[in-house]
Amino acid sequence: MSDVRGEWPLYEVFVRGKRGLNHVHVGSLHAPDDEMAVRHARDVYTRRNEGVSIWVVRSDEITASSPDEKDPLFAPSGDKVYRHPTFYDIPDDVPHM
Amino acid sequence: MAEVHTHEADDHDSAYAGLLVNDAHWAFGTDFEDPLAGVDTTVPEGVDAQELAAYCLQLGDDALILSQRLSEWCSRAPDLEEDIALANIALDLLGQARLLLARAAAADPSLVPALPEGSPVPPEDALAFFRSDREFRNVCLVELPNGDFAETICRVLVFSTYRLALFQRLTAHPDAVLRAVAVKGLKELAYHRDFAGRWFLTLARGTEESRRRLEAALAQVWAYRHELGDDQDAEVVLEQVLATSGVAAPGVRPVSTVGGHTEHLSRLLAEMQVVARAHPMGLW
Repeated sequence: MSDVRGEWPLYEVFVRGKRGLNHVHVGSLHAPDDEMAVRHARDVYTRRNEGVSIWVVRSDEITASSPDEKDPLFAPSGDKVYRHPTFYDIPDDVPHM
Repeated sequence: MAEVHTHEADDHDSAYAGLLVNDAHWAFGTDFEDPLAGVDTTVPEGVDAQELAAYCLQLGDDALILSQRLSEWCSRAPDLEEDIALANIALDLLGQARLLLARAAAADPSLVPALPEGSPVPPEDALAFFRSDREFRNVCLVELPNGDFAETICRVLVFSTYRLALFQRLTAHPDAVLRAVAVKGLKELAYHRDFAGRWFLTLARGTEESRRRLEAALAQVWAYRHELGDDQDAEVVLEQVLATSGVAAPGVRPVSTVGGHTEHLSRLLAEMQVVARAHPMGLW
């Protein structure tokens, strides 16, 4: 009872759509705890039948790359065309590629 | 890269992709269909049509009035998330009310108030918007003002717990329409109860202030609990919620509700019905 905050923590919401394979980030919301965050996500992000599964994670639990590191992290892959699988022919009936 | 990054792959990156492919399930605009369109509404043998209609009216009115009350939270809830959650619950109950009022009207058309010749108002709307307070059959519990958030949570908890237990039994009702309404409502009510139960626990274990308000709110709601009847299944669930939260059952005397309604219903109806009554020939 000593730890009373005026604001609820922020959660990031991931929804797996009916047609989707992966959970996709759809937005964020506030909730008093993890379980209520799932309920809130259900109400806010799946009320038009968008999803079949929900993940929520506290925003402050996410470790993100920093914009300052952008160049060392991402630029070196730009000129290495041989890493891209563009030299294969993909058959028409292979889904989800 | 173009050949590996197909349009189909794009779709799987969006939880919302494909939503607008088929618009049939959206309620764009107005002109809603009869909720019982295509359903056989013949009253089964051995069931008294008037009794069935009166019963559906009672269940429908409970849902309609609580839906209207919960809608009052729109734009006023403590948080955006709670706003949407309460509106969702209100919409679920409104859906139940439409089906039940339509069922009541089909089983006993004499219940439906008379409207001017040629009025396009469907029977369920006539029942909702053109009856006076004395003709409503809802329990007083649902017509009381919302009070604070704790009171709203306590009311949703008690109401949905009793209604869920009742709907479970109604899945064996001889009337196929009422059975179908009950089956559809079970999932909705299970969520309402879960939502309110979690909030009950959160408020009980929150701060001294949230605890104080919750206990006061529960006492308020508890005094009207007898209106929902004796229901062992519901009472067991409520006892569990109270035990988990460490909240004692309030020792309050049941409020006498003999003689129908409180003054709050009249005001609620005035607001709910004013536009429909001003335009009895209106098409919505």
